[in-house]
Amino acid sequence: MELSRRGFLKLGAAATAGIVIFEPLGLKRALAAPPKGFSVSKRVGEKTTICPYDASGCGFVVAADNGQVINIEGDPDHPINRGTACSKGASLRQLAADNPRRLGKVLYRAPGGSEWQEKSWDWALDQIARKIKTTRDASWRERDDDGYVVNRTEAVASVGGASLDNEECHLLVKMLRSLGLVYVEHQARI
Amino acid sequence: MPKARLIDTSKCTACRGCQVACKQWNELPAEETKQLGTYENPPHLSGNTWIKVEFRERPGEWLFRAHTCMHCVDASCEKVCPTGAISHQGEVVLIDQKQCIGCGYCVLACPYNVPHRDEITGTARKCTFCIDRIGNGLEPACAKTCPPGAIKFGERADLIAMAEQRVQTLISDYGYPNANVYGADELGGLHTIYVLTERPSALGLPETPEVATSTVLAQWLSGVVTAGVLAALPFWLLFKRKKQIEAEQKSKVEGGVR
Amino acid sequence: MTNHWNDIANSDCMLAIGSNPAENHPAAFGHITEAKERGAKLISVDPRFTRTSAKADIYCPLRSGTDVAFIGGVIKYVLDDMEANPTNYNMTYVTEYTNAPYLVDPDFRGPADLDGLFSGYDADNRSYDKSSWSYQLDEQGIPKRDMSLQDPNCVFQHLKKQYARYTPEVASSITGAPVATFLEVCQTFAATGKAGKSGTIMYAMGATQHTNGTQMIRSYAILQLLLANIGVAGGGINAMRGESNVQGSTDHCLLFHILPGYLKTPINKDETLAQYLERVTPKSNDPKSANWWQNTPKYMVSLLKAWYGDSATASNEFGYGYLPKNSGNYSWISLFEAMYDGVIKGLMCWGQNPAVCGPNVNKERKALENLDWLVAVDLWETETAAFWKRPGANPADINTEVFLLPAVASFEKEGSVTNSGRWSQWRYKCADPPGEAMPDLDIINQLMVKIRELYDGDATAPHRDAILNLTWDYGSHVDPHQVAKEINGYDLTTGKLMASFGKLKDDGTTSSGNWLYCASYTEDGNMAARRDLTPGPFNIGLYPKWAWCWPVNRRIIYNRASVDLNGNPWDSEHPVIAWDGGGWIGDVPDGGWPPMAVDPENTKYPFIMKAEGHAHVFGPGLVDGPFPEHYEPWESPVENMLSGTQNDPAFKIWAGPMDYKGTPDKYPIVCTTYRVVEHWQAGQMTRNMPWNVELMPEMFVELSEELAAEKGIVNGGRLVVETARGQVEAVAMVTGRFKPFQINGRKIHQVGMPWHWGYTGLSTGDSANLLTPHVGDANTMIPEFKAFLCDVKKA
Repeated sequence: MELSRRGFLKLGAAATAGIVIFEPLGLKRALAAPPKGFSVSKRVGEKTTICPYDASGCGFVVAADNGQVINIEGDPDHPINRGTACSKGASLRQLAADNPRRLGKVLYRAPGGSEWQEKSWDWALDQIARKIKTTRDASWRERDDDGYVVNRTEAVASVGGASLDNEECHLLVKMLRSLGLVYVEHQARI
Repeated sequence: MPKARLIDTSKCTACRGCQVACKQWNELPAEETKQLGTYENPPHLSGNTWIKVEFRERPGEWLFRAHTCMHCVDASCEKVCPTGAISHQGEVVLIDQKQCIGCGYCVLACPYNVPHRDEITGTARKCTFCIDRIGNGLEPACAKTCPPGAIKFGERADLIAMAEQRVQTLISDYGYPNANVYGADELGGLHTIYVLTERPSALGLPETPEVATSTVLAQWLSGVVTAGVLAALPFWLLFKRKKQIEAEQKSKVEGGVR
Repeated sequence: MTNHWNDIANSDCMLAIGSNPAENHPAAFGHITEAKERGAKLISVDPRFTRTSAKADIYCPLRSGTDVAFIGGVIKYVLDDMEANPTNYNMTYVTEYTNAPYLVDPDFRGPADLDGLFSGYDADNRSYDKSSWSYQLDEQGIPKRDMSLQDPNCVFQHLKKQYARYTPEVASSITGAPVATFLEVCQTFAATGKAGKSGTIMYAMGATQHTNGTQMIRSYAILQLLLANIGVAGGGINAMRGESNVQGSTDHCLLFHILPGYLKTPINKDETLAQYLERVTPKSNDPKSANWWQNTPKYMVSLLKAWYGDSATASNEFGYGYLPKNSGNYSWISLFEAMYDGVIKGLMCWGQNPAVCGPNVNKERKALENLDWLVAVDLWETETAAFWKRPGANPADINTEVFLLPAVASFEKEGSVTNSGRWSQWRYKCADPPGEAMPDLDIINQLMVKIRELYDGDATAPHRDAILNLTWDYGSHVDPHQVAKEINGYDLTTGKLMASFGKLKDDGTTSSGNWLYCASYTEDGNMAARRDLTPGPFNIGLYPKWAWCWPVNRRIIYNRASVDLNGNPWDSEHPVIAWDGGGWIGDVPDGGWPPMAVDPENTKYPFIMKAEGHAHVFGPGLVDGPFPEHYEPWESPVENMLSGTQNDPAFKIWAGPMDYKGTPDKYPIVCTTYRVVEHWQAGQMTRNMPWNVELMPEMFVELSEELAAEKGIVNGGRLVVETARGQVEAVAMVTGRFKPFQINGRKIHQVGMPWHWGYTGLSTGDSANLLTPHVGDANTMIPEFKAFLCDVKKA
């Protein structure tokens, strides 16, 4: 459920200087009058998310203006972290799109190349699909050395997935197994 | 009733969520640091680091203490500030960035080495107690974020009672004979109260902090600065401050990641 | 986790071994602190004094890789104390709920008789014939039991014999733990054996990443069963996992050996669905055993229906033939060995960074050069994506085509993740991603759409029906709710979402993409999105209406062991469930059958996932022994003090190029790797965050003051750590928190370092995995990252 639908109390008239205060169950916070001249500098958060780091599953709230993050902090309603955040969770703000180190373009490196080239999604996915098919088909094994029917490729491998959502994992495993992959591994092994 | 913050060193795990949460809310940039053979970084508070965890190793012990502004009742920084930029807003000791001329008196006067002059802004900066948050019913970012609940925000009287009870438990049940409450009476009463597992001096705090006054400060400075320079200093700094504000506004327009 | 994060607060004693929650699971510390305020004790057992140790009531050092010797010693202490003070233990639990009374085959022999081995060992193949590791059966085929636990062939007596050798002195001599501290740990944790008391074991990669890591965790399980700590509030063995959805991605089985819901991957000999189901479905002749995995056919057929829809029919074995079949082991090390050998030509990396996180990473980086193509899906330019320009490599010599696809961050997309406590929690799109970055859900979908188009146009392509008959109807942008519903599954006769896995069928009339998640998204809505903070029954912090937890929202698994034979909770202060005369109240019970003494005809034993219904003190399922036995790590500075069997006898030893093994004459120092709270895993996230880099700016190595003095290394100076496989240069952190160990009267040094660094990002440094070996656990093939040999010198 998104916070905005739960009747979270919006304070502050100006859109940029507003504030969202939580109304946790059984813990309605009284709002003190702000000392003169000290309106809150930014909103706390409107929507909830779960931390992308360890598997504690801490809750966070995110405030964004026009899609750009302005604040991320612990979700005070969340029973596991109760609004808190360690030094990784507290820095989630720097994971946002305005971190210049984030990737925003498909990058391609040609054989023997010394640089990245920017490419379109359509070109890259088309190329990857063809490479998967070529490698799979060329390496296809209908039977193994003992003569059993195995219908697999050992030439294409997939690793990773522990930072994907469950829904993404489902589609990924469905795709990989249908392609006949057996080299399927991820973070749980290492 | 005044609010305060209680830092219980017996509960701190030094995850340093407080250091980052403070920077996140107050939009303070990261400092460039080096690995100097300790987990502790940055090396000291600064214009861009308003709270930091100090690490101390002793045989069989690793002591952690989050260091930040005490928001003293008798605040040396406020007393020595020549422009009136530092004032009490309720329990909060605040440096008005528009009035601050960056003279550095408060930096020298603070018994806890809290305010620091920032090179970019040219002003003294330190913990604001997240005055915009606490004035609007929220906890300061450091208290809000603390996973083990080592930093708490609340009514000062309640926190002192809680601290005293915790100290009794630490002495009786946990084998900390030197446990003590710090800040209940120091400097007219601090608004950052500590539960310390050891004597204050073992955790980097003065046992008997003293209030600096302009006289005290003048005495300190007499050896290094002539009276003439001292008199001229504020005017020169005011001029410099104006240029710095202009530069800061320019850099904001140009943007860049924090 | 058998339990969950909030439940830690219910514990009387928390044993952190092979884990460091203050640094790697900081949120846990809120609950640990709460328990401590109630008077609970925290024990930290670690080679190094960590930030967790700093808050522990007892800190006990142990040399890396010696957990079985340590816990074996605790088990011996408990067994001795049980005899001396039986009322301090819950003997009903041990006899009624575990296999301690089971009679074992008279031919079974253990390490006490066979110099560290179990009966049936085949040295040539490094494997066991496990026929003697079996139970004596009665005429109905049910294991025989001696409820007095006195029969010399019963599991309990074998257990006593197995650990009789693990005296405090022996345990101390192997582990380096001082005897007095070791005994303090024994006394403190054994105090949780009393009915009504609880103790939890919190472990992480410090336990799993050894050649005998599975046996370390088995030793925790045995200890917890003897102390009646499984199923109760504040108890359990709790794997504290390291990535936000490593639990969910494991449940969905992005691993070679399992299919969604922990169904076993078919192997070559499983030629038909019937043969497969016959092999993988456990059987029990005991009417009192629920033997839950007997439902495997329902879960497998429902999975095939979710994947292949109308193309999955009884006449084609529901599409079973579409699945690839394994002929061996395809785990991580095997995968990179195959890549090094040129077998693997294409690799896809989904948010993982093998060039930093893989063992013996010099070899794994070299292996990447053999790829024709590499697809990396990530938020950053990772070391893996940039391997062709790594230090020392000449890009012109590397012919791998690399595609680096920009994914979106956790809060830029919508979907669910499952935490260590098995809670599946929904998260929302809160902000926009940079540029053209796309959710993995769309990347996978759009890629698969293109692949399917290619196969649709190529009638000669091998086995293309497996691809074309897959249900794949997600449009151009995937709706995560559609997928979440597909995972939950449908009653295909009504089109309604399944209410729970209890109704799944093996006749093709139901579908479920993962039976464990059946009940997560029902006609009542998206359970993972629930935000109702009702604390739940008995006020033990179950939060049953917050998000959703597998299986069937059961928050503490094996909870039917938390009550006595009449259904009354052992712990009246923290009951998990209770029998109220007509039914169970509290948490969702492990099956609704009545308590064992209330209705002996219709009851079931509480450990429903075990074929026999009893928890395994004796664990014949593992490849390297039914009891944990101490063996030294693959690289160790000492000889095994307990037997002539130096290493775990059943792990695979690789002998290819670059699979070097170090010896103690050249590399006398024990080395380990770990994480710090400020960084995350292979570092690609946090080494690109200025605030985290500020806190932990550079790679470092921790070493004792004694070792630093011997080597002339100063704090803050630079040092070099060398193993048979590589070198790491880093800043030296000289600390009293590492101490030399006294091992069998010899001084043994240990050093340690974080493994977060690599050559891309805002902060760069040498990767610890340049040092680690290509060798893994006998059962899981998890690499031995945590104990190997090195030497150190001043840089």
